[in-house]
Amino acid sequence: MKIKATASPYLLWMILFIIIPLGLVAYFSVTDRSGHFSLDNYKDAFAYAPVIFNSIWLAIIATVVCLILAYPLAYTFSRSRPSHQRTLILLIMLPMWMNFLLRTYAWMTLLENNGLINRFFGFFGLGPFEMINTSGAVVLGMVYNYLPFMILPLYSVMTKIDYSLIEAAQDLGCNSIQILKNVIIPLSMPGITTGVTMVFVPSVSTFVISRMLGGGSNMLIGDLIEMQFLGNAYNPNLGSALSMVLMVIILICMALTNMFSDVEEKEGMLI
Amino acid sequence: MSKWLSKGYTGLILTFLYAPIFVLILYSFNQSKSRGHWTGFSFRWYERLFHNDAILNAFITTLLVAVIASVIATVLGTAAAIGIHNMKKRSRTVVMNVTYLPVINPEIVMGVSLMLLFVLMGIKFGLLTLVLAHITFNLPYVILSVMPKLRQMDHYLFEAAMDLGCTPWQAFAKVTLPEIMPGVVTGFLMAFTFSLDDFNISYFVSGDKFQTLPILIYSMTRKRVSPEINALSAIIFIVVLLILILVNINDARLEKEQRKKEDALR
Repeated sequence: MKIKATASPYLLWMILFIIIPLGLVAYFSVTDRSGHFSLDNYKDAFAYAPVIFNSIWLAIIATVVCLILAYPLAYTFSRSRPSHQRTLILLIMLPMWMNFLLRTYAWMTLLENNGLINRFFGFFGLGPFEMINTSGAVVLGMVYNYLPFMILPLYSVMTKIDYSLIEAAQDLGCNSIQILKNVIIPLSMPGITTGVTMVFVPSVSTFVISRMLGGGSNMLIGDLIEMQFLGNAYNPNLGSALSMVLMVIILICMALTNMFSDVEEKEGMLI
Repeated sequence: MSKWLSKGYTGLILTFLYAPIFVLILYSFNQSKSRGHWTGFSFRWYERLFHNDAILNAFITTLLVAVIASVIATVLGTAAAIGIHNMKKRSRTVVMNVTYLPVINPEIVMGVSLMLLFVLMGIKFGLLTLVLAHITFNLPYVILSVMPKLRQMDHYLFEAAMDLGCTPWQAFAKVTLPEIMPGVVTGFLMAFTFSLDDFNISYFVSGDKFQTLPILIYSMTRKRVSPEINALSAIIFIVVLLILILVNINDARLEKEQRKKEDALR
């Protein structure tokens, strides 16, 4: 098969629906409403710096929490019996197939002031605790929605780790902390970088989770963008500038994670 | 000791993942509208759900968009993968990097960029814009599923078929396609499920007439109380569970057959 022409419809499609739209976003970000060149949108975007930093901060917390929760779990999975592994991974994937709106909605019903958790505490005469509409609730929503995205790449890397390497380290007198530091973590690095990217990117750009669990008081950059395009604020130029800022944040995140891994197995990103 | 620890930890995480979903499902059988008071068992919300035209219409729209978009994306993407596979290294790298763009780029940015494009081109938001957007984000998944299969394939097979008098088209249909079929099917299924589930991109290109199920769910969650959502979640959960169990039984069966074959060869 030495035919290249079969790719041409796709190349056209790519130019029309990926490159041109992104070009439009870039163009809109540097023009004002009448189409003249201006950098005011970026000035306005940086007026929202607190919101932008808040998004990055909450996404980092969610990513770190996911990593801490997922790492031991993925290791446990990779060391269990093969027949168990299949079932466990299935159990992790099952919630992923439920629409994330429903999963976020479920937390709404749990966290409300007269929701189930507060009712439970009410039995013991505690509370009610303010849980919904806090930044903690937003982070919880991110962790809950994207935890499987951290578990799966870690697990798929850890199953490939040769157990005799761990035994060798033990024979050579390593304790478990040294084994973790010198054998398991370096070998699972590709899974860590993939997992971090797959949790950080959707977390930093979400607008649904923050709206449902943060109740409008915890705005993220995603909410800002959504408001400029579909909200009352209608200002696609500012929205485009904010989108450019978001893309730069993601690029920096990718660059940072790639520093830690020399081999990039992008196909491992696909589940 | 450590065994119990890891079992307990696994149980904790699974509880964290499933408890909210089970609470939703439980309250779908609740008599009253409230989300906390249990007033008795009833199928009331399921009845309401099936008499809700908006939901049924959204369901049909969702299926329609997913089928059209994933079929077109599979055909386009498979053809593209073959073409990209035969490119020179440099141009292949460039094309693949652009292919990764929609995968890595935040969905909201893709949504608003397509929205800008459709507004400027003067295409009315509706079924067409939804399908175009869905094809766009499905293509990378199809290409990335087919590419590895092409790399594993012995390219002399195709040439042998040509030497034996096949036209290129026959050689493709008889040799290449069966070889890469698993990748094509995987790509199609991925495209289909992503289509069914997408909210972040559809939300920006759907307009107000055409609602997919996720968009409708979103508008329902904006209301204070809407127990039909619980009923809908329960149904979706059961359907997904059944599909995954079936797929898994099938996988396990295939693995067993594979092992039998290997044993027979020994």
